[in-house]
Amino acid sequence: MNKTMEKIRKNLKSSQATIPLVAILIALFIGAIVMLIGGYNPIVAYESLVLKIFGSVYDMGETVRAIIPLILSGFAVAVASKAGIFNIGVDGQIIMGAVSSLLVGTLIDLPPIIHGIVAIVVGIIAGGLWGVLIASLKTKFGINEVISSIMLNYIALYLSHMLIKSFAAQEGTARSSLIKESASIGFPSLNTLFGGARIHWGFIILPFIVFAFYYFFEKTRWGYETKTVGLNPDAANYSGMKVNGILIRTMFISGALGGLIGALDTLGVYGYVAIVSSTSGIGFDGIAIALLGGNSTLGTTLSGILIGALDYGSQGMQFGAGVPSEIIGIVISLIIFFVAAPGIVKALLPKKKAPKKEVE
Amino acid sequence: MTANIISGSLIFAAALLFGGLGGMLSERAGVINLGIEGFMISGAFFSAVGAYYAESAGLGGLSPFIGLLTAFICTAIFSGMHALATLKYKADHVISGVVINLLAANVTFFLVKLLFDGAAETPRLTNMFSKISIPFLSDVPIIGKALFRSYPTTYIAFAAVLLIGFVFFKTSLGLRLRGVGENPGSIDTAGINVMKIKFWAVMMSGSIASLGGATIVLTTNGNFSFNTIAGQGYIAIAAVILGRWNPYGVLSGALLFGFAQAIKDQIQILDFASSIPTEVFYMLPYLVTLLALIFTGRKTRAPKALGIHYDASVR
Repeated sequence: MNKTMEKIRKNLKSSQATIPLVAILIALFIGAIVMLIGGYNPIVAYESLVLKIFGSVYDMGETVRAIIPLILSGFAVAVASKAGIFNIGVDGQIIMGAVSSLLVGTLIDLPPIIHGIVAIVVGIIAGGLWGVLIASLKTKFGINEVISSIMLNYIALYLSHMLIKSFAAQEGTARSSLIKESASIGFPSLNTLFGGARIHWGFIILPFIVFAFYYFFEKTRWGYETKTVGLNPDAANYSGMKVNGILIRTMFISGALGGLIGALDTLGVYGYVAIVSSTSGIGFDGIAIALLGGNSTLGTTLSGILIGALDYGSQGMQFGAGVPSEIIGIVISLIIFFVAAPGIVKALLPKKKAPKKEVE
Repeated sequence: MTANIISGSLIFAAALLFGGLGGMLSERAGVINLGIEGFMISGAFFSAVGAYYAESAGLGGLSPFIGLLTAFICTAIFSGMHALATLKYKADHVISGVVINLLAANVTFFLVKLLFDGAAETPRLTNMFSKISIPFLSDVPIIGKALFRSYPTTYIAFAAVLLIGFVFFKTSLGLRLRGVGENPGSIDTAGINVMKIKFWAVMMSGSIASLGGATIVLTTNGNFSFNTIAGQGYIAIAAVILGRWNPYGVLSGALLFGFAQAIKDQIQILDFASSIPTEVFYMLPYLVTLLALIFTGRKTRAPKALGIHYDASVR
């Protein structure tokens, strides 16, 4: 018994997944303690969270619907991270993608399918260009991408309000008018199968994106250049790579993924864009996902599934156990915190007596 | 109206000034602090709650000061988390800062719901800071109303610039602090505890920034809700960069961005402004921040050891 435990622990310790897994557990545990202090029952809360995720076919479908943008957001952050850019502007890129595809979906007449595809492509390009803006502010003017990202998030938010009010207004509501039927990428038969859950064709696109991420970084020269710039821009420059161009290219890809999220949600889920006072926060979840997944293909996908499910399930906590859904936000932030400061997790793990190393 | 714009600029600048001074303090000690947004959120929340309970306890006009104090103390504990993560556990400064922001937002909204029966914002305060007129000076036309009739927090913020400027450039503590951010090795060699200075700088950084959040609640907003801060912490950091990590520079940065916010409230009264969509004015502070950075970006130089984990064995 002891031996197997030892073996499991050894395997865990050596594996890359240890820190993230322990981080998740500790974060959920702290979440439970916070709930206890707040006078809530954590067991009931987590139970209603799980029930919300798997409770019915509808909820399962909606969970999948909620996971799609989060995996994409994780990849958007991961792509930029590989080049050494911390893209916390995915929220803004999502808005630009959403509002651009909305305008294509409401203002232009095209045959079905083609209309949807055109709208998605325009959304992707808009998000990508918004990302390029961050990269060029960095390369041309030396502006820290974190500051410019946040500023551009707010600018995108108010720009979208302006565009909606001018070109796609729906009088008396706090949202845009609906997109034309021809631009919808809804998947009616799949929706009925899942009791009306709003799963859309993005479900089909996702595996291609996951594969493309893997292929880009493992098999292509562009991906290799991106990684090199991220690891050591000086070395990349010395070996003849055009660092600035690579950063801009990478941020286009990162922003394009954000734009895709906005386009898919607008064309496939809501059919409109709401006029809200803050950005969606999907981009910030993407940071957690990319960090938790170590920017790897598999890790980011799995983390996206986890965080997406937690996000969606947190609504269940609110209704089922009366626990404010922010508790899941706290848990997600703590997960990032522990993954970013692995020293804390290591200090909490059971210590194995390490053979004393001679001081060199 | 000129007087209103100037006076408004000073009021908005005060909040950014606290945030900026906090950010500068930490960065001068070599620790990147993107958590300023979170510390301002924390300050806004704790000041609203502190002042509310002081008010309920019948402290009346004293309650905004209690709120200010609550924000300062509670946020010190919170910024200890950033200090611990970046200094002891060598977490990436940028990521730790972003976590602080996410955590601040989520924890405060959670607590608001918990303390006030599921409400989305804290109850409106009846006792807020009122404007203090400085005798005689405030009677001068335009300038008097613009400069010498303001909230106590505005005066505190400007006094803080002078105080921090003095400590930074005229005392040995200031010299050590600046040294820690430029060349920690030499400070260590001089027998001074580098980590201790860094730790205190980060703690105070959060506390000072929290006063910025408190200022917004206790002067203009009157309560705390999810969009009380709305990116002002990041604008404060932009003021630090613009001000080249110098307290007087931070002041000018904060004034510029304060002006951008004040103009949003005042310009809409004018006739020609009615044809411009309101969103343009909402965008203004963020646009001005970006433009200011574009025009000065390359010329600024951050402290040399900024963002680098100090390790005594590699020097």
